[in-house]
Amino acid sequence: MIVPYEVVDRRRVLAAGGLLGLSAVLARAAPTYAWTQENQALPGPKLAAGEVRSYDLEIDDCRLMIDGRAGKAMAINGTVPGPLLRFREGEEAVIRVTNRLKEIASIHWHGILLPPDMDGVPGVSFGGIAPGETFTYRFPLLQSGTYWCHSHSGGQELLGVYAPFVIDPVEPDPVTFDRDYVVLMSDWSFEAPEEIIANLKKQAGYYNYQKRALADLVRDARANGWSATLKERLSWSKMRMDPTDFADVTGYTYTYLINGLTSDANWTGLFRPGERVRLRFIAAGAMTYFDVRIPGLKMTVVQADGQNIQPLDVDEFRIAPGETFDVIVEPENRAYTLMAETMDRSGFARGTLAPRAGMTAPIPQRRPRPIRTMADMGMDMGSMDMGAGEAAMGDMPGMSGTAAPSPPVMDMSGHQMQNMGAAAEEVCADIAAKLKEAQSGMTDMTSTGGGMGAMGAMADMSSSAKDARFPHGSDTHGVGNSSIAMVAKNRLNEPGSGFDTENSRVLVYEDLRSVVPQTDLRAPAREIELHITGNMDRYSWSFDGKKYSEARAPIAFRYGERLRMVFVNDTMMEHPIHLHGMWMELENGGGANQPRKHTVSVKPAERLTVAITADAPGQWAMHCHLLLHMEMGMFRVVEVSSPV
Amino acid sequence: MRFAFPLLAVMFVLPTGLQAQATGAQDAGEPMSMPMPSLGETLQVEPDTAPNAAAHAKSMPLPSQAEPDDAPAPTIPTMSMPERAPSQPAEPQPVTEPAMTGLNSTTLPNVQDRSGWPEPTADSANYSFLVTELLEYRESRAAGAVRWDIYGWYGGDVNRLWVKTEGLQDVSGPGGGEQEGQLLYGRLISPFFDFQAGVRFAHRSGPGSNQSRTYAAIGVQGVAPYRYSLEPTLFISQDGKISMRATATYDQQLSQRLILQPRFEFDAAVQKDRSFGVGSGLNKTELGLRLRYEVKREFAPYVGVSWTQSYGSTKRLARADGEDISLVSIVAGVRMWF
Repeated sequence: MIVPYEVVDRRRVLAAGGLLGLSAVLARAAPTYAWTQENQALPGPKLAAGEVRSYDLEIDDCRLMIDGRAGKAMAINGTVPGPLLRFREGEEAVIRVTNRLKEIASIHWHGILLPPDMDGVPGVSFGGIAPGETFTYRFPLLQSGTYWCHSHSGGQELLGVYAPFVIDPVEPDPVTFDRDYVVLMSDWSFEAPEEIIANLKKQAGYYNYQKRALADLVRDARANGWSATLKERLSWSKMRMDPTDFADVTGYTYTYLINGLTSDANWTGLFRPGERVRLRFIAAGAMTYFDVRIPGLKMTVVQADGQNIQPLDVDEFRIAPGETFDVIVEPENRAYTLMAETMDRSGFARGTLAPRAGMTAPIPQRRPRPIRTMADMGMDMGSMDMGAGEAAMGDMPGMSGTAAPSPPVMDMSGHQMQNMGAAAEEVCADIAAKLKEAQSGMTDMTSTGGGMGAMGAMADMSSSAKDARFPHGSDTHGVGNSSIAMVAKNRLNEPGSGFDTENSRVLVYEDLRSVVPQTDLRAPAREIELHITGNMDRYSWSFDGKKYSEARAPIAFRYGERLRMVFVNDTMMEHPIHLHGMWMELENGGGANQPRKHTVSVKPAERLTVAITADAPGQWAMHCHLLLHMEMGMFRVVEVSSPV
Repeated sequence: MRFAFPLLAVMFVLPTGLQAQATGAQDAGEPMSMPMPSLGETLQVEPDTAPNAAAHAKSMPLPSQAEPDDAPAPTIPTMSMPERAPSQPAEPQPVTEPAMTGLNSTTLPNVQDRSGWPEPTADSANYSFLVTELLEYRESRAAGAVRWDIYGWYGGDVNRLWVKTEGLQDVSGPGGGEQEGQLLYGRLISPFFDFQAGVRFAHRSGPGSNQSRTYAAIGVQGVAPYRYSLEPTLFISQDGKISMRATATYDQQLSQRLILQPRFEFDAAVQKDRSFGVGSGLNKTELGLRLRYEVKREFAPYVGVSWTQSYGSTKRLARADGEDISLVSIVAGVRMWF
């Protein structure tokens, strides 16, 4: 017997719900969980033996109303986002996907463990779903939590082919809550994905309308003096880097949505005062990092990437494309604004939590755009003396033009990078020697690019280990890469640029601790180091300077092995790296309780390590989840051998 | 003169067609010619493999680990089973000839026949670009003139085909001018610079007879530290005469849409080419300042001022031809790209 998902009666909802989201509802392009109502689709009844919970999905072109203007979107079952797919752990998921487009389509189940040919990546898992064909995905659900699914074909994810995927636990949920809501944040542009890519290929800063201009120069000079300001400006232009580069595609073209509704349409989640409300935040923006806060309401983060974590009280968190965070809030008897401001502050998505439909709370003041620091460029040498006598700087949130230290000896200019060779090795050795002096008492921590040092388990990192700096080797990764992080470091305790950490608690990766200890506690037996690289002017993104088409050979994992992936971000942008098919355990000092994630955001000039148990035979994609970066080459295939 | 205008027309028409092609190349997928098998069928667990799956669940021959317990971490040295192992009911049948990985163990391909599968990324697509860096009308005490410097490319991230055209044409008065076009192969040789090599066709029309030259062109183009756009090119004419040109521009952001651009260009030659108005040594310089307003990124009208100056034997040749040797003009034009 097939049990369909529960559908809320539209007439009853329209009568009871407010005027909010009405245009979307009338255009039949909003899913049920976007309507203002008392409950979203609830967990379905438990299945009897032999029953299978199945869904039928159709991917088709659709017209999406965005603040009164119609856009050409693609949708699952006619809504953007698609319908909520809700299962119970232990069931077999059966999802029949029919492609009604004129091009190949696919659906990838983000974060779900499943057989490799059910993973939905055309070119890696299968050939894609041909136009007119129906593909039946069938896989047992071995996990519970909040996940999502989306197309893995071209720009379809940008155009609206994404949906939430929630698996209720079979054991009683360690998190108690009275009602839950899916809060899926995404971005929408009226420009087609091909247009956006073409624009970025021709002018990489096309969408950045927050560059530093004359007014900024004058203001900074008044605050810090002309000499310091000019020196700082020159240090950036010497590197040919733009310190206002936070997002490739910005609010200039994007409208940001919560559950498919714009800020004006104002998605509303209702609650009864005194209840514990669970909000399942899903970041489905193709190119957008969101900073989420609910002014006046503390959030307790209880789940990250579908995995329960020891509860953390925060005021704000940054969520990267692909990630999910579940939070519990206990709102009082008033309306709250759910504010998802983009990382570059060029736009925002907004919703409301209210006891009654129709209530709104004020939208908080927009914050100024952040600026990149020398730490983001990999120039943060910690306590090292760099000859100029100026103390190196750590991260400086909200920096408004204070002087940067003079750039170190190694020049970043392009032509010099060509001849790195001996000169670079010399400088790197010099830096390495200085690091060794500065951090005496520590075991040798230096690692050159691409090297595979035997690094035992780093579970409980002492503070000196946290401050470790990893100088870059002499390999600048070729013409596909326009910058390197001269010194990379652990930045797990940093929330990122643009937060007021003095007055609010922001979630950091370092604080994530799994509720249940990990089962495989072996120390990683080997390491694979991958440098996150890119040539921003060419808008070409890569690992180790090579796009996927230049490095098709899969990265080989042996079945059952325990290994470490080391990501070194040589670019000055954050990248959320997503591995299909297997968990990555973020080595953040949690030891046996280090969290599992399917998507890790690597900050500029960060060296982030994850431990992986290669327990899933087959070929799996690993890529940056900023969709255009993936399309432009930051993609690899990981191949896990079969059990012997 | 003859080929300049058709060349210009081709410059404008060609990229529009290429644009469409590039867009086409970025479609999500090609229509599949072979019918998609219903993969549900191939996943039926064969009775004989099921016990193997169960066997795997029980005794996983995990490779022995090199690091035992001297790591300071609380590593419990149990060979605990990866959680997932017990629930792999839909294990595909092993292939008769498994692929060998670098780790000398067999790999289970997802599906046997991968031919016809689309690419998971679109990172090898070709794109095109054409920009009218200068397209302006010049007003000065001499005749009014039109000046252009248009260039573009077609290709991927490393290899591109470049077209350039540049010139100055009197539109009032005697109607002399110089025009040229270049067709070059370009390759990214460093993160910010392309190496270019190709041919240049130059033409001078003037009060005297028209003159044409063909050159080999070789140079680099890119962005230098401090964000100077540089374009130095070396030319070797059909008669073996060597000359060069270099252009440098800088964009100063005054506001989000208002940009001030100083520009410096100079021509020099080793050997003189009298009938082409080229003396040896430094020929001429062009120094300009332009202020553009980006209505959209693709469309930016500008105004500015430009000073051209001839030197040495080129100055003498110019004077003999009745041309200006030093000229300051007000310019107005539009910078567009496609």
